[in-house]
Amino acid sequence: MTAPIRRRRRLFRIGARIGRAGFIAIAASVFLILVAAWAAATGAGFIGPLFLPSPAAVWLRMVSLAANGTLWQDAGVSLYRILVGFLLASVMAIPIGVVIGSYRLWEAAIEPLTDFIRYMPVVAFVPLTILWSGTGDAQKFLIIWIGTFFQQVLLIQDNVKRVPADFIGLGRTLGLRDGKILVKIVVPCALPGIWDTLRISLGWAWTWVVVAELVAATSGLGYRITVSQRYFQTDTIIGYILFLGVLGLITDQAMKAAERLLFRYGARQNA
Amino acid sequence: MTAKLQITALSKTFGTGARRVEALHEIDLSLADNEFVSLVGTSGCGKSTLLSIVAGLQEFDRGELLVDGAPVMGPGLDRGVVFQTYTLLPWLTARQNVEFALKAAGLKRAQCREVAMEHLELVKLAKFADAYPSQLSGGMQQRVAIARALSYRPKMLLMDEPFGALDALTRHQMQELLTRIWEEHRLTVLFVTHDVEEAVYMSDRIVVMSIAPGRIKTTFHVGLARPRHQDMFSTREFIDLQREVIRTIREETMKAQAA
Repeated sequence: MTAPIRRRRRLFRIGARIGRAGFIAIAASVFLILVAAWAAATGAGFIGPLFLPSPAAVWLRMVSLAANGTLWQDAGVSLYRILVGFLLASVMAIPIGVVIGSYRLWEAAIEPLTDFIRYMPVVAFVPLTILWSGTGDAQKFLIIWIGTFFQQVLLIQDNVKRVPADFIGLGRTLGLRDGKILVKIVVPCALPGIWDTLRISLGWAWTWVVVAELVAATSGLGYRITVSQRYFQTDTIIGYILFLGVLGLITDQAMKAAERLLFRYGARQNA
Repeated sequence: MTAKLQITALSKTFGTGARRVEALHEIDLSLADNEFVSLVGTSGCGKSTLLSIVAGLQEFDRGELLVDGAPVMGPGLDRGVVFQTYTLLPWLTARQNVEFALKAAGLKRAQCREVAMEHLELVKLAKFADAYPSQLSGGMQQRVAIARALSYRPKMLLMDEPFGALDALTRHQMQELLTRIWEEHRLTVLFVTHDVEEAVYMSDRIVVMSIAPGRIKTTFHVGLARPRHQDMFSTREFIDLQREVIRTIREETMKAQAA
């Protein structure tokens, strides 16, 4: 008689398994419940549509913005800015992170400085970057770069420090010189970790591009949100925020899929 | 004939000032050509440090270290090392891991594959040549590491508790495999272990180190006939020697605890 109770408790035990289907079902239900609560709250008239339009109104607005091309144009501009800013930051951060993760001398020269800069709030740089580089794409690149580069350097340094000391010892006993050890052992060994760092910092890049576009821009997703505020188009604002979440989710999943493809040998899947 | 490895009055300290610790004090040790010597001792006696110095991975303060009569100037291909941790590069297959060493040793690309397969055969892992390390057990990974260290024909093999992380059953299999290979091919081996049974089974000579500072306390010659097999574990001669070595180590442990 006690069997069903015991079974239900088991689901709430630490580490209890729920299966893939169970996981998807639970995750989807949470989304659905939230949308339903949103629909109920707006449908019953508790909240004015100016503050919170109904899910249906947001959906219809987004469909019309997609149909007339505004949505895709805005998304394209923001995506381009992220791509350039993020690639610029990553291309610079990877070699610097590898070097300061491997050489104490360079660590002493660069790590404390990076740590110091990284605690300066990125938003505070917005006025300065406008002063330096105007309100065009260059300023957006700069904000994304400031927001991601310094974090990436420190995270990649950490990825590199996790390379086992015996791997480097192995390289030495094989008579490899330091440069070869970096290229043939340290970098490939740290690569899965570096990829993970890039995936995480790409998420921040989405935030920084919108921050930059909210303040001074004539295009992009953030710009559309600011304009919509002027005209009290709450449905557009909410639709765009949700759309940004979806874009973030898609890029994250794409990076994860690439990771599974690139590092098929890894212990992570087999563990 | 000069010794393969000649260590004379070698000392090593860590730290400076009040935290200065003498890890190794005036170590004298020589290994003859094709001799299998084990270093045993209570943990902290510096046996791994000594091996690491012979490998050229750590510096020493005073003394002399010669391989084939020439001073050691750092790590090199003349001394193959098998580490305690699994050091197969995870993005390379078993065969590619061996080839990695062969390429570093300057072998021609065409030869690498053949020599790598030959050595995987030696450790009975030819079937797993294309497996990645994550698909291999700990014992198999160490076998590949041994194959890799042997593949480029070093003058001597340095092993730092290579079976220390393995379960007892696998460890016995590895000891037997290594003994077979060694008895057939012969090579100078310096072998660090904390497993006395392992040391007695495999070695020609067992060197017991004392602690704080690390120095050589006693040397035991192992008179057991070769080829050796694990049935010897229960013979009078084996057990007596094992007991004697353990007793010597225990004296050191007691001394360290009393200090």
